[in-house]
Amino acid sequence: MPYLLKGGLVVDPLEEKVEQLDLLVAGDRVAAMAPGLQAPDAEVITVDGCYVLPGLIDLHCHLREPGDELKETILTGTRAAARGGFTGVVAMGNTRPPADNRPVIEFIKRQAEAGIVPVYPVGCATKGRRGEELSEIGDLVEAGAVALSDDGSSIMSAEVLRRVLEYSRMFDLVVISHCEDQDMSAGGLMNEGFNSTVFGLRGIPAAAEEVHVARDLILAEMTGARLHIAHVSTAGSVRLIREAKQRGVRVTAEVTPHHLCLTDEAVRSYDTNTKVNPPLRSKQDVKALLEGLRDGTIDAIATDHAPHTREEKEVEFNLAPCGISGLETAVPLVWEHLVETGVLTPVQVAQKMALNPARIVGLPERTIRVGGVANLTVINPRLKLPVVVEQFASLGKNTPFAGWELRGWPIMTVISGQIAMQTRVTRSTSTDASTGTLRGAS
Amino acid sequence: MNQFGHKDLLGLQELRPDEINLILDTAEPMKEVLGREIKKVPTLRGRVIVTLFYEASTRTRTSFELAAKYMGADTVSISVATSSVQKGESLGDTARTIEVMGADAIIIRHSATGAPHLLAKLLDARVINAGDGSHEHPTQALLDLFTIREKKGGIAGLKVAILGDVAHSRVARSNIWGLTKLGAEVRLVGPPTLIPPEIEQLGVSVFHDWRQGLKEVDVINVLRIQLERQQRGLFPSIREYTRLFGLDEDKLQVARPDVLVLHPGPVNRGVEISPGVQDGSHSAINEQVTNGVAVRMALLYLLLSGGEQSAISA
Amino acid sequence: MEMQEKAQILDAEGIRRALTRIAHEILERSKGTRQLVLIGIRRRGVPLAQRIAGIIREIEGTSVPLGILDITLYRDDLSKLAYNPVIRKTDVPFSLNDKKVILVDDVIFTGRTVRAALDALMDLGRPQLVQLAVLVDRGHRELPIRPDFVGKNVPTSHREVVAVQMLEIDGKDQVVIKEPSE
Repeated sequence: MPYLLKGGLVVDPLEEKVEQLDLLVAGDRVAAMAPGLQAPDAEVITVDGCYVLPGLIDLHCHLREPGDELKETILTGTRAAARGGFTGVVAMGNTRPPADNRPVIEFIKRQAEAGIVPVYPVGCATKGRRGEELSEIGDLVEAGAVALSDDGSSIMSAEVLRRVLEYSRMFDLVVISHCEDQDMSAGGLMNEGFNSTVFGLRGIPAAAEEVHVARDLILAEMTGARLHIAHVSTAGSVRLIREAKQRGVRVTAEVTPHHLCLTDEAVRSYDTNTKVNPPLRSKQDVKALLEGLRDGTIDAIATDHAPHTREEKEVEFNLAPCGISGLETAVPLVWEHLVETGVLTPVQVAQKMALNPARIVGLPERTIRVGGVANLTVINPRLKLPVVVEQFASLGKNTPFAGWELRGWPIMTVISGQIAMQTRVTRSTSTDASTGTLRGAS
Repeated sequence: MNQFGHKDLLGLQELRPDEINLILDTAEPMKEVLGREIKKVPTLRGRVIVTLFYEASTRTRTSFELAAKYMGADTVSISVATSSVQKGESLGDTARTIEVMGADAIIIRHSATGAPHLLAKLLDARVINAGDGSHEHPTQALLDLFTIREKKGGIAGLKVAILGDVAHSRVARSNIWGLTKLGAEVRLVGPPTLIPPEIEQLGVSVFHDWRQGLKEVDVINVLRIQLERQQRGLFPSIREYTRLFGLDEDKLQVARPDVLVLHPGPVNRGVEISPGVQDGSHSAINEQVTNGVAVRMALLYLLLSGGEQSAISA
Repeated sequence: MEMQEKAQILDAEGIRRALTRIAHEILERSKGTRQLVLIGIRRRGVPLAQRIAGIIREIEGTSVPLGILDITLYRDDLSKLAYNPVIRKTDVPFSLNDKKVILVDDVIFTGRTVRAALDALMDLGRPQLVQLAVLVDRGHRELPIRPDFVGKNVPTSHREVVAVQMLEIDGKDQVVIKEPSE
C-alpha cells in the first residue's frame, strides 16, 4: 500500500540543499515529491521536523557469518543495521572461512536474502588474508564482491599490495586498506602516548598506521588503482591523505564514529569496550579527523561494526578482542556530536553516510528522486534517548556508549519502498504512536 | 566508609597524600609487633585472605601471607600457571568462586594490566593489587616510601632517582605517584628505549647519563632488568647495560655521601647492581623486606577492620 | 550527638590527691618497688601513669619503669565500628617476665578495654601479676573485671559520659560528667 511521508525535511546531498517536501512512496519507487502533497489512498506517516536522507550505507561492518555466529549472524546484523538507519551494508570478508573464494561470497549473499537489508560482500584481497598470494579476484567479482580487503589484518608486503592494486584495476574494483604495521603494533593494546604510560598498557604509536598509509598512497599513485583507507585514526594519516588527494591520487577514506567521539582517555577504566583497532587516539588526532571530515579529506563515516560475545569481552584487557558493536549508535552519535556541534550539516551527513559510500563501492547513486528507488533514512533530530544496550538487535552488546544520552535517532528505514524499521512515528491508521517494528524474517 | 576511604587498593595514583601517610603511620606500630616474640595480634581473627598469584613470586606472596597471619587472619594461597588461565577458568569465574567460599580479601598479582580492576568491579571482597602488568605495584612503593621515611626522616624535598627499565616497571610507576604526591623530586635514569613516552608530564625529569641523573641524589631505587627486554632489541647486551646503568661504587660517588640504595628484588646480582653496593652500608634492601610485612599489615588493618556494611554502602 | 557538662567530679586538686593516695596504696600492697612496672593504656592512662611514677619517685626515691600500651589491635568491637581507629605505637622497652604490672587507665566502664589490655600484655610476656589502677570507676561492667586501685567511684547512667581531662592532652586537669543535650 502506498504511503505518504508528510512534513519531512528532504536532504539532497548532490544539490546540497534541504527542503520541506512530502514524499509519496508506491511500490519500490518514490512516486511523487512536493510540498503539500495529497494522496487519498495512501497511508499518512507524519515526520514533521525530521530529516529524510537518502538511505544510508555502512561502508564497513563485520557480520561474522560464516564462522562466528555466536557473535552475530547476517540476519541479526542486518536487523541491527535497519534499526540503526542503514539501508545497505558492506560486509568485510574476515569470516571463517574467509571470503577469498566464490562459494563464501555466494553464501553470504544467499543468507542476506532472508533479511531485508542488502549486503554487499567484500572479498579478501589475498588467499586466507595471509598477505601472500592474490585471491581469485575475478571469481569474487563475478560472485558479487563490491571491493577487496584483507581488513582485520593489513597486507604487510608492499610487493603483494602493489600486485593487488594493479590486478584490481582490471575490474575498477576499490581496494580497502587496513593500514597497520603489525611489527610496530605487536602486543599493543591502546594508543601510545601519555595515557598508555600512565595506564601501564603497551601502546600502538600513530606511526604504525601512518607508515602504511604513506606506503599505500605511494602504491596507489604508482598503479593508478582505486584505494580506500579504512578507519583513519591519526592526524598524520589525515595529512598524508590530504596531500595525496591534492596530487590526484585516486584515494578515498573513512572514519568511525567512535574515533570521533572518544579519545584514549576512555581506556582509563580498563573497560574492554574501549579496546578497538586502530585504538582510540589523542585529542589532537580527533581534532584533525573532524577537520578532515569538514574539508573533504575524509569521504565517509563507517561503523566498523565489530560484535563480540559478552564472555569474550569480560576478561583481562589484554585478552579481550578488539571491537565495538556500532551499527545502532552510529547515526545518533554523529548527530549529537557532529551535527549539533556544527561540525557537519545534515547535507554533509547524507554525503558521508549515503552518497559517498555508494560511489566508493560502485553502487547506484544515492539520492532521492521522483521515479528513483525508495531508499530512505528518516532521522528525528529532537528525539533524545539514552543508548540502551539490551534493546540492540545486534547480538553484540559491546559498546562504550551504553547510557549515553543522544539526539538524532533514526525513526524510519525504508529499503526499496519497504519499511524495514519504524519507531515513534504516527501513522494515520492508528491513534497512538506505533512502537518499533523490524521487518524481515524473525 | 572505613577511615581509609577505599574498598580496594588498586594503585597509588588514586590516593591522596594524607591517605598514603595514613598507611605509613599505621605501619609503624605494626613494625613494633614484628619485633615481639609473639608476632601475632588478634585484630583480623576470623577473616580469610586469599592470595591469587598468576605470576610466580616468593617474596611478595610470602610477605602478604605473613602479614595476614600476624594480624590473626586465615590465609589461602593460590598460584596459577598462566597457561591454565587461557585454557581453563576465566579470571572472573575463579575470583567469584573464591569469594562465595568466604574470602574477605583477595590479593592478586597478574601479568595483565587492569586485572585487579576487573576483580574490584565483580566482587564485594576487598581487592589488593600485588602487581598488575606494567601498571602499578602499590604495596612495593608504600614499603619503599616507608623505608625512605624511616631512614631520612621524611620524603618532601628529597631527590630520588629511579634507575633502570622504567618503561616496563610497575614498581617505578607506583613509586612515581607516591614520591611526587609526598613532595619528592623524582629523576628517571635509563636508556631512551626503556623510558616510556611523555612521562615527564607526571612531573619527573629524565636522564640518560648517570653522571647527571645520580648527581647529589638522596635515594637511588634500582629496578630489575629483565632479560627478555634484551631479546626484544631494547638494549644491545647485558654487558653494555651494566656498564652504562648498573649501580656500582663508582657511580655511587656522585650521589650524596649518605645516599640510600633500594631495590624491589629479586636482584640480578652483578647486573643492575654490583654485589658491593647490594651488600654495602648504603643498602636498605633487607630492611625493605621487613618493612614490606609491616606495610602490608597496616593495609590489611585499614581495609578489613572496619564494619562490613559501612565499607560497602558508601 | 551534642554533649553538655552536667557536673564536675574532680578538680585539679582532687586529681592530685587521688593519684597520691593511689601511689601510696600501690607501694603498700607491693611492699616497695621491686619488680614493679607501670603501664599506661593510651591515651589518658599514659599521663596518669607518668604522674604516678613521679609521685613514687618522690616517696621512695626510685624510678619505676614506665610503658605505653596501645590496645587498638586487641579491641573486640572493631568490626562494629564505622571507621577504623588510629593505631598508635606500643612502647614497652623492657621485659614483662616476672614483673608486677600495674595497668593504669583513666576510666573503667564496661571493662572491655582492660580485657584487651590483658590480652596485649600476655602477648608481650608473662608477668608475675597484673593489677589495675583507674582514676574513675563509673560502674556498668560487662565482664568480670575489677580495679585494684580506684581514685573515685562515680555512679553514672548509661547515657552519661565521664570525661577525664589532663593537662598534657587537654590543657587542664578535671573530671566531668557529660550528658546528651536535649
